[in-house]
Amino acid sequence: MAEQVLMLALSPTMEEGTIVTWHKKEGDSIAQSDILCEVETDKATMEYESVNEGTLLKILVSDGGQAKVGDPIAVVGEPGEDISGLDKAAERKAEPAAATAQPAAPEPAAPQPAAPQPAAPQPAAPQPAAPQVSAGQLKASPLARKMATEHGIDMRVLQGSGPAGRIVKRDIEKALRQVASRGPAEAVGIQGPAGPAFIPTAAGPTAKDERIPLSGKRKIIAQRLAESKFSAPHYYLRIDVDAGAMMAARQRLNARLPKDPVGKVSPNAFLIKFVAETLKKYPVVNSSWQGDAILRFGKIDIALAVAQEDGLITPVVRDCGAKGIVQIDRDLKLLIDKARNNKLTPEEYNGATFTISSLGTSGILEFTAIINPPGSAILAVGRIHNAPVAGEDGTISVRSQMILTLSCDHRVIDGAVGAAFLSDLKAFIEYPIDLLY
Amino acid sequence: MPVIAFRQALRDAMDEELARDQNVILMGEEVAQYNGAYKVSQGLLDKYGPDRIIDTPITEEGFTGAGIGAALVGLRPIVEWMTLNFSAQAFDQVLNNAAKMLSMSGGQLKVPIVFRGPNGPAEYLSSQHSQSFQAFYTHIPGIKVVAPSTPYDAKGMLKSAVRDDNPVIFLETEMMYGLKGEVPEEEYLVPLGKAEIKRAGEEVTLISFSKPMQTILEAADVLEKEGYSAEVIDLRSLRPLDEEAVYSSVVKTNRCVIVDNDWPMASFGSYLGWLISKNCFDSLDAPVEMVAMEDVPMPYNHALELAVQPSVEKIVAAAKRVMYV
Repeated sequence: MAEQVLMLALSPTMEEGTIVTWHKKEGDSIAQSDILCEVETDKATMEYESVNEGTLLKILVSDGGQAKVGDPIAVVGEPGEDISGLDKAAERKAEPAAATAQPAAPEPAAPQPAAPQPAAPQPAAPQPAAPQVSAGQLKASPLARKMATEHGIDMRVLQGSGPAGRIVKRDIEKALRQVASRGPAEAVGIQGPAGPAFIPTAAGPTAKDERIPLSGKRKIIAQRLAESKFSAPHYYLRIDVDAGAMMAARQRLNARLPKDPVGKVSPNAFLIKFVAETLKKYPVVNSSWQGDAILRFGKIDIALAVAQEDGLITPVVRDCGAKGIVQIDRDLKLLIDKARNNKLTPEEYNGATFTISSLGTSGILEFTAIINPPGSAILAVGRIHNAPVAGEDGTISVRSQMILTLSCDHRVIDGAVGAAFLSDLKAFIEYPIDLLY
Repeated sequence: MPVIAFRQALRDAMDEELARDQNVILMGEEVAQYNGAYKVSQGLLDKYGPDRIIDTPITEEGFTGAGIGAALVGLRPIVEWMTLNFSAQAFDQVLNNAAKMLSMSGGQLKVPIVFRGPNGPAEYLSSQHSQSFQAFYTHIPGIKVVAPSTPYDAKGMLKSAVRDDNPVIFLETEMMYGLKGEVPEEEYLVPLGKAEIKRAGEEVTLISFSKPMQTILEAADVLEKEGYSAEVIDLRSLRPLDEEAVYSSVVKTNRCVIVDNDWPMASFGSYLGWLISKNCFDSLDAPVEMVAMEDVPMPYNHALELAVQPSVEKIVAAAKRVMYV
């Protein structure tokens, strides 16, 4: 039976591809793994290998044409076969067409003998087997759905190995094995700015395994971070910063402030202010990937990741660009207090344009954090510590050092821009007077 | 334990029941003087005489109706249909009398009768004599339908059928009459309505009944050689159906192939497939597969005759489809 050849996701982030050249023409016979055509994806031009066998009966999207992932681009079958109903390219609609994989075939419910879709060729992604977030209708066996629910697996990030990409039991089992072997995911910025907020319970390993049902919050954390990590191509920039000037400035400020019941201004308030001022110079870092556009935010709303007993939350200090350090500190203390008591409203923790995560109080020297959408970058702040530093003149002195690691979404922020941002941030922290220039 | 053929197991069952209960009679075409078209009733006329082993005219509707009448007034007849194909002539008697009397009389009239005979394709019998009747009969509330696959079950279930107060359609197969198997000498009964796990397995459940059991056991061997573990269920009884046995297996293996040597549309196998899809939905990793007879009248050509029926190859392929291998 004739079958449609569908546009495949040839990169993890690909939603649409452009046919550069067809290597086969109508009437050519096709074997599995033959190169059908070249497809320009969002990243590169890839060769499309056929999973079908037969004769190329019709090309639906010709050279230069575009097709969304899942849209038919050709029909393969036996010579002379009736392909009416299969020979229409997908209608271009504004919204992503759902379930385009099912052609309106004349035969009712004919089982598709489609070969399993090959795994999309992997670009050099840092994440092992970076899965794609599939668009449209999710195909999964009932058992796979049940298992995914039980284990809290987001099936949208899995590649199904069954017919037409159906997710089946073995795909879930594979995902579970991967999770088990990979261990806990990379450090997710969890931190309370003052004092050890995250105290692990003393419970040692018990003899029996225990299944902990997922809380709503845990599900959201898992889903949002997986979505971010698996859809935003992260890269990381690390820089050493001398925190001496900042800490000295903080000391002077705190000495001058009247004895305030609210307490001393925290280093985080300083950092937020420095970041806000640097963002003013680099609005591209204060932006969001929107799929079809980049949204450049009009305000600088900076979140701070705060650990809670049952997860973490990111309260947002609004409009940091227009606030002074003391004001930022007061806002922050109110928000952190609410966060600890689970009192934050969605308006207070959603929509950060940039996020800071610090694990310094836990003694962590440096780490990488996962970007907190809709922002495109997150700054991971390590512990301020004394370290020997070689000066430009070759002398070694002990300085108060802090390691900053910036995670950027490459779709929005190119490496040079991220690097320039981080370098300027370092300069601000080391020479705060520069803020006035 | 003695090894005897399927036909002898049936004969022994009837012999024991005829001896045990004076009300048991056997009637049908050629059952007495000719000793049965397939020699199932061999020797019974000599032993029990013409009052209890009765040759009938070639009038299926007539002798089926006579049997039902005899059952209504207290006998426990075994009616042999020379083949189930001929039971089409008697269908009205089964559908409207045997199956309905208990219900229509408010429980006053029971019909303890067994209709037995070979069902389904044999060889070189073409379109009109190769048909499977399980779908027609299991469709009807008020009767039981059983289809054993071994001499042991044939004997134990036929004895249970004779003692059952409901009409029982007892499906045999011409190609199985010579099948040999161990049958104990001492008396035993096999209950109606109980499936049997013929072989335990982990990755796919293969379900059938009657003659295709041999085919699915062979298919399970082939799968095992290739490294796949199949659980094999012999339903033995189609109505009542041992749903529990089926569901607990499918819940374990997550995959199921039903083999029913009958046309696929509106068949017993398709109904069982629906039951499994409904009751094991969250345990299924693949759609339930069914290997049925092709949807055509049986061809006379022998190669085609074999080609339209379930085969080891077809069953193995279906099992691999549901295992995604």
